[in-house]
Amino acid sequence: MVTADGDHMSETSGRDSDALHTTPLDALHRELGAKMVPFAGYAMPVQYPMGILGEHKHTRTAAGLFDVSHMGQLRIDDPNGVAAAAARLEQLVPGEIQALAEGRMRYTQFTTADGGILDDLMVTNAGDHLFLVVNAACKADDTARLRGHFGDAVTELPDRALLALQGPKAAEALGPLAPGVAEMTFMTALATTVDGVPAFVTRSGYTGEDGYEMSLPADAAERIARKLLGHEAVAPIGLGARDSLRLEAGLCLYGHDIDTTTSLVEAGLVWSIGKRRREEGGFPGFERVRRELAEGPARRRVGILPEGRAPAREGTEITDQDGRSIGSVTSGGFGPTVAGPVAMGYVETAHAAVGTKVQLVVRGKPMPAAVAKLPFVAPGYKRG
Amino acid sequence: MTTKFTEDHEWVAVEDGVGTVGITDHAQEQLGDIVYIDLPTVGQTLSKGDEAGVVESVKAASEIYAPVSGEIVAVNEALVDAPQSVNDDAEGGGWFFKIKLSDTSELDGLMDADAYKAHAEA
Repeated sequence: MVTADGDHMSETSGRDSDALHTTPLDALHRELGAKMVPFAGYAMPVQYPMGILGEHKHTRTAAGLFDVSHMGQLRIDDPNGVAAAAARLEQLVPGEIQALAEGRMRYTQFTTADGGILDDLMVTNAGDHLFLVVNAACKADDTARLRGHFGDAVTELPDRALLALQGPKAAEALGPLAPGVAEMTFMTALATTVDGVPAFVTRSGYTGEDGYEMSLPADAAERIARKLLGHEAVAPIGLGARDSLRLEAGLCLYGHDIDTTTSLVEAGLVWSIGKRRREEGGFPGFERVRRELAEGPARRRVGILPEGRAPAREGTEITDQDGRSIGSVTSGGFGPTVAGPVAMGYVETAHAAVGTKVQLVVRGKPMPAAVAKLPFVAPGYKRG
Repeated sequence: MTTKFTEDHEWVAVEDGVGTVGITDHAQEQLGDIVYIDLPTVGQTLSKGDEAGVVESVKAASEIYAPVSGEIVAVNEALVDAPQSVNDDAEGGGWFFKIKLSDTSELDGLMDADAYKAHAEA
């Protein structure tokens, strides 16, 4: 028996494990029995003794605590104020940043001149500055890009940990420790305290569930993580379940579902652009967005449900019913909540309608599947 | 009954010329939660080292190879709907298939329990 595929959890690096960065919760992960893997240059927990299936289900039914301190946290302090920073950031991203009120956040992307995607990120109007969270594997490039654009106005926040608490019981667990968070709605932010420690909390996440992400001083992170884990509803969750949760939620993983070769229209991310920006442009790659909105993209990102039980992993060829290649899977595996295999990928636009029958070529054999609506599970977001 | 092990983490327990084959407890532990199993077909003839099936965990897909040559005489159909049985009892109820050995001397090339233990821990 030889492991054939696809644990993209352990990709990147090729570095020696002693060269890996660690997060402020490294000792706690090991104490909790986590299996640690290299991810984007960091030693990260891929799973705890509960296992990926159990961790996934626990997050969907109770609350899961994720260490996402490997992600890049940045602030932009424009001397001319946050509105000026927002206007300047819009030159790099298609999102409607100027319309963000204080305490509101938005999902957007850094785009290339020809309409590809360099990274996806969250931008929050924190009142006197913009707060950005970017992918770990992209943070060096993102920081350089932002410095090139904003100069000294960009500050990295390496002394901050980032914890995510996700699931239907997240508010019940965090509420008593963090004044004001219970009343927050999806995609809002609040500078508050968590167990007395100053923290910047957003009601957001990457699981499709209600929940929070909290930026905390690194030296307080372990104490607060232990406090949260002390709540009966909260269990520690690794990157393995984070991946299956976000896949069921239909959320893109940078470097897999989106990259410099995929466009915003192909990826189905037009909703994140905003009406004004769709009309005015003013961001890299606008010409491609305009063209693909007018003419339709050549391919689209879709959900795919295999009819059988065999998971189709990233890279699996997708064909039409006559066996002609029409695309490939960009994320795929077993969906614990769906209780079967789920996948996302790109197919030619003519085959992108929900319900279209396709075939997945798994180990050389065509397996029946159908284009499916995303997300695979109903979101639990607490909307206003 | 003799139980032997392969470097690829399969076990084969031989009785009356028929080997029952599965993956080791160490292998299921490494794979994590198993969610899909593809079994060979009864009547199929395999040579030692041929692909005999697939086991997929939440994390990855792995091939199962025939530890010995022979004809498949039974498969554990229950695994198709309950692949997690392999996590629960890899070296018992989580067996994959039974193979009628065509050359029992092939067993001499496999590891015994102690040798496998050393291999798995290496």
